[in-house]
Amino acid sequence: MVGVRTQDLHKVYSSSPPAAAGGFAPRPDGKKGKQAKVQIPALDGLSLEILPGEIFGLLGPNGAGKSTTVGVLTTRVRPSSGQAWVGEHDVWQEPALVKRLIGVVPQRPNLDFSLTAREILIFHAAYFGIGSKQRDERADALLEKFKLTERSNQMVRGFSGGMMQRLSIARAMMHDPQVLFLDEPSAGLDPQTRILLWEIIREYHQAGKTVLLTTHNMEEADALCQRLAIVDHGHVIALGTPKELKASIPGGFLLRLRFGRQPEDLIERLQGLAGVREVRAADTTGMDIYADRGGSLIPEIASLAANSGAELSDVHISEPSLENLFLHHTGRSLRD
Amino acid sequence: MNWKTFGAMLARDAHVARRNAIQLFLQTFLQPLLFVFIFGRVMVGSGYLPPQYKSLLLPGIIAICMVFTGIWAVAMPLIAEFQWTREIEDRLLAPIGVGWVAIEKVIAGMLQALIAGLVVIPLAWLVLRPGVEINIGSPWSFAAIILLVATFSACGGLALGCTINQQHIGLMFGMVITPMIFFGCTYYPWSALKSFPFLQKAVLINPLVYASEGMRATLVPQFPHLSIAAVLGALVCFDVLLLVVGLRQFEKKAVS
Repeated sequence: MVGVRTQDLHKVYSSSPPAAAGGFAPRPDGKKGKQAKVQIPALDGLSLEILPGEIFGLLGPNGAGKSTTVGVLTTRVRPSSGQAWVGEHDVWQEPALVKRLIGVVPQRPNLDFSLTAREILIFHAAYFGIGSKQRDERADALLEKFKLTERSNQMVRGFSGGMMQRLSIARAMMHDPQVLFLDEPSAGLDPQTRILLWEIIREYHQAGKTVLLTTHNMEEADALCQRLAIVDHGHVIALGTPKELKASIPGGFLLRLRFGRQPEDLIERLQGLAGVREVRAADTTGMDIYADRGGSLIPEIASLAANSGAELSDVHISEPSLENLFLHHTGRSLRD
Repeated sequence: MNWKTFGAMLARDAHVARRNAIQLFLQTFLQPLLFVFIFGRVMVGSGYLPPQYKSLLLPGIIAICMVFTGIWAVAMPLIAEFQWTREIEDRLLAPIGVGWVAIEKVIAGMLQALIAGLVVIPLAWLVLRPGVEINIGSPWSFAAIILLVATFSACGGLALGCTINQQHIGLMFGMVITPMIFFGCTYYPWSALKSFPFLQKAVLINPLVYASEGMRATLVPQFPHLSIAAVLGALVCFDVLLLVVGLRQFEKKAVS
């Protein structure tokens, strides 16, 4: 079994991030200056250790540095500084050896349009030096598993997004890599295919393989990952099992409130309520309350607000979730 | 170096070329053959051009055909695969140094250019005959030149394919390819430019000049031509330069 490690990775793009890194990172000033050299920091001291045989998730909003991290670990993005290892091999000292150990499913399908589905798998295996008999057997088995047997001799140009995604994953598994990287694997998949994909990832993991996936889907991270790193602005802001992470949110419940008018002493008075762990002003009229209970707090909040002369205009209650965790750490929603 | 991977990538390119054989054939040979027909048959047959022009034209046509087959075979897929379809990522993740992926593209392009050159000779001869006088004096010089021309075309394709943006393909044809053909001594020998001394010197930066003149020197030495040594020297320099530039550009595209 093979683990993955990064130490203090930094990456600054001097132009917009290329396709290999997902093609997106926030522009610091939002405009393209004539002074072409726009410096876009994508990774800012990212250190991680993914244990051998673990399903590990990188969770974060768009532009957080997830795809760049995957790019560095898969030999496609050279870090500005820092180191990365797959197993015992330094990714940037021994890239060809590392490539033998990894399988990569990119965010956007990059299938070979000049080939049929089956040929894509066969040639991929040939690049890895797998003999022709074994290639045929594996290709047939994977096509079957991903329900692509019927289309196996068709050119992939006409495939739907979901079929391309399934074929990309089959291709990444073709050389039986020790570490599987999946960048946003279920983006754009229908629920049925997503469940099929999750099953296949779990099965692959049970065979002793390490899986690293990036996602901004809470449900997926929660359902699939043994450990998670929450990434924002190019570094890890929280790390642990989904359960541990959720338990780290004060109280667990999040009540997002909005008032018509917000008297100054309201925060203090709300903090005094039983079960309330933390109160934060979200903007001029909003307030986030982390608490041990959810709905049962509402009548008390409403009457307290009324007594202070503030009118409660909107309430949103969410149960303990990774979304809340992200919000707690960054003050922003994952979807922002 | 991982020969199995390298061989598999070549096999993939051969497989794709076989699949597109008819399209490739038309794309490679139709234009040169039409050109040969109009200038070598119609213009000569109707007396506008002297009969010797047939033999003078043939080496230039071979050079154009080889050079553009090689450039096209390497540059066009690279432009599309790096910028749009990203198909090449599969090979960039194969267990081999990324530079070898570029070398493989060059070898595949060279093979296509060589095949194009070797096929267009008899085809053009068929269209032009009678009256074409080919005299291969030194087969070794011819082999060396045809190999260097193929290398130049594929390395040029690598350098262009990794430098030009998809939206500038039209510009590449207008600004690079067309002037290269017209100032490439393809339809006339280099010595014909002696009444234009500045132009005669300026065209020497165009590698196609050495390809055409090299073909002329080895296939139809009865016409004036640059010396074989000068042609070989210049082609070696262009091959090395374009390979170095192409590899550097390729690595820039492959690893960000």
